[in-house]
Amino acid sequence: MPAAGTGGLIRRAAWRLRLVLLFAALAALPYLLSYSQQEIAVLLVINVLLVSSYRLLTLTGEWSLGHVVIMGVGAYTSALLAKQAGVPVPLSMLLGGAMAAGTAALLSFPLFRMKGFYFLIGSFAAGEIIRLIWKRFTDPFGGPKGLKRIDPFPDIETGFLSIDFYEPVNYYFLALAVVSVSLFVLYRIERSRIGLTFHAIHWQDRLAESVGVDTFRYRTLAFVIASFFAGIAGGLYAHYVGAVNPTRFSVDQMVYVLVWAIVGGTATFHGPVLGVVVLTVINEIVLRALGLDTARPLIYGLILILAVLYLPNGLESLGPRLRALWQRRRGEPAAAGREPA
Amino acid sequence: MNAQDERPILEARGLTRRFGGLVAVDNFSFSVREGAIHGLIGPNGAGKTTTFNVISGFYAPSAGRVFFRGIDISGRKTSALAAMGLVRTFQGSTLFQEFSVLDNVRVGRHLGTRAGFLSRLLGTDRPLEQAAGEEAREALAFFGLEELADEPVSNLPHGHQRMLGMAVALAAEPQVLLLDEPFTGMNPEETRRMMTLVRRIRDRGVTVMLVEHDMQAVMNLCDIITVMNFGALLVEGEPEAVRNDPAVIEAYLGSAAPDGSGHAA
Repeated sequence: MPAAGTGGLIRRAAWRLRLVLLFAALAALPYLLSYSQQEIAVLLVINVLLVSSYRLLTLTGEWSLGHVVIMGVGAYTSALLAKQAGVPVPLSMLLGGAMAAGTAALLSFPLFRMKGFYFLIGSFAAGEIIRLIWKRFTDPFGGPKGLKRIDPFPDIETGFLSIDFYEPVNYYFLALAVVSVSLFVLYRIERSRIGLTFHAIHWQDRLAESVGVDTFRYRTLAFVIASFFAGIAGGLYAHYVGAVNPTRFSVDQMVYVLVWAIVGGTATFHGPVLGVVVLTVINEIVLRALGLDTARPLIYGLILILAVLYLPNGLESLGPRLRALWQRRRGEPAAAGREPA
Repeated sequence: MNAQDERPILEARGLTRRFGGLVAVDNFSFSVREGAIHGLIGPNGAGKTTTFNVISGFYAPSAGRVFFRGIDISGRKTSALAAMGLVRTFQGSTLFQEFSVLDNVRVGRHLGTRAGFLSRLLGTDRPLEQAAGEEAREALAFFGLEELADEPVSNLPHGHQRMLGMAVALAAEPQVLLLDEPFTGMNPEETRRMMTLVRRIRDRGVTVMLVEHDMQAVMNLCDIITVMNFGALLVEGEPEAVRNDPAVIEAYLGSAAPDGSGHAA
């Protein structure tokens, strides 16, 4: 054990070092950005949670078109609780997540009677029903105009410390903390037997069922967990932007989530994160600089087509591919990933 | 064979399954004695696989009942049946192809590794999972696959994949194992090995029921054989009796065959 453990220890240390460096970079990031870029960074961090939670559902093989609406359930719930019931904002966000999870639990009864394409369409229909409810009922949802003047995240005021979350930098760190904890939980779930079972259901649901896996319950579990974190993302969004409306959670927005996930790749945990980060950077920096940011749908469509054609396994497959290429050029066998002993 | 003496471990009474106007299984009854290797045979389209799918909970019966240790299990979910001890395998290489060999069997240990959500999250399920890993390796060793534990399934030859399918099912600790065509696509040597393994599974106290086309294997392996034709019971009995039954020969070869008995058996 100790002899075999050395390699594992080194790998774990390298992994920790990389994580520390990543967090250092993330902490330094807002100070390198302009005010408007800081605002974009906040939304990006929220979108990382949105697309990562979406991936948890796709582990079971089901792709939903309602995930952004579920995020909206979290946003509306948290906003209404804060505005109308005076619930303190951090708590209202948690309750928003719980409401999103509860909505998913209810929806799973009709939706998981279907699989594949039918589930996709069913989830779209369910999402549209929720959106129409927001539009139709002005009280309490505010109708097509939605909710405005949503309470912001309360400032922290102690003797020596004063944090105003109206400042994008501060909200960025708040969102970063919440999203980091959420991603850690999502990661732990995937690495546990629960994740193994989700994968098993994806590849052979009949076989999984035959050895005692209640596939309906596990599909529901994936949907509920994914929706909880989407709801949290919604809460973070609502109390940052201060306004929500039904259009913000329309299927157009869902298409962006799909593009992030597909371009990034869903085989690994970091794939969708890579997708949302790279595409946001392309959109906000490159396109804006070129004055093409209004052509976002067109260019996203182009990127999607190019990715599907030339990078079908997503950006996540780029690293291993480049590494193999590099090793081949140095005359090493591509398969040997480790140094010679 | 005093089947009346003891309560059967698995029993179907008047089982019927319709698909639209088609009656795939028609008022079919049988009973499986505990500790037996029970064969279910019949010509193509006789309704064997449908019967299997109804017993194992993939379809609900249109009429009739299935009993497991005297408990009515008709229409219960497959996963609930597995929890009671009734586990099935599948035709061909139905496996988690993207997993390693060991992970396939670890999924098979699902029922033996119950833990709460928080325990999974915090990693306090580790002793449980280590035990599950050990048990999975034991199941692999039983089939002589322990050397291949870390291989991806897709690298395994067909015969090994069939055995892995049985290892996954056995890991779920069944009392009754339903084998769907375990010998199909195997060469004679593999078939012989598989027959030995099925006997050893039975010797571990697992009752085995199997659907199979390989007559040689069925005749040599089974203690009792049920023959189906057109969705209904044709004959039931010991291999010797079934082999020589004129109704069985007729079902397989048609009534016009004057002396096809040697071929049918």
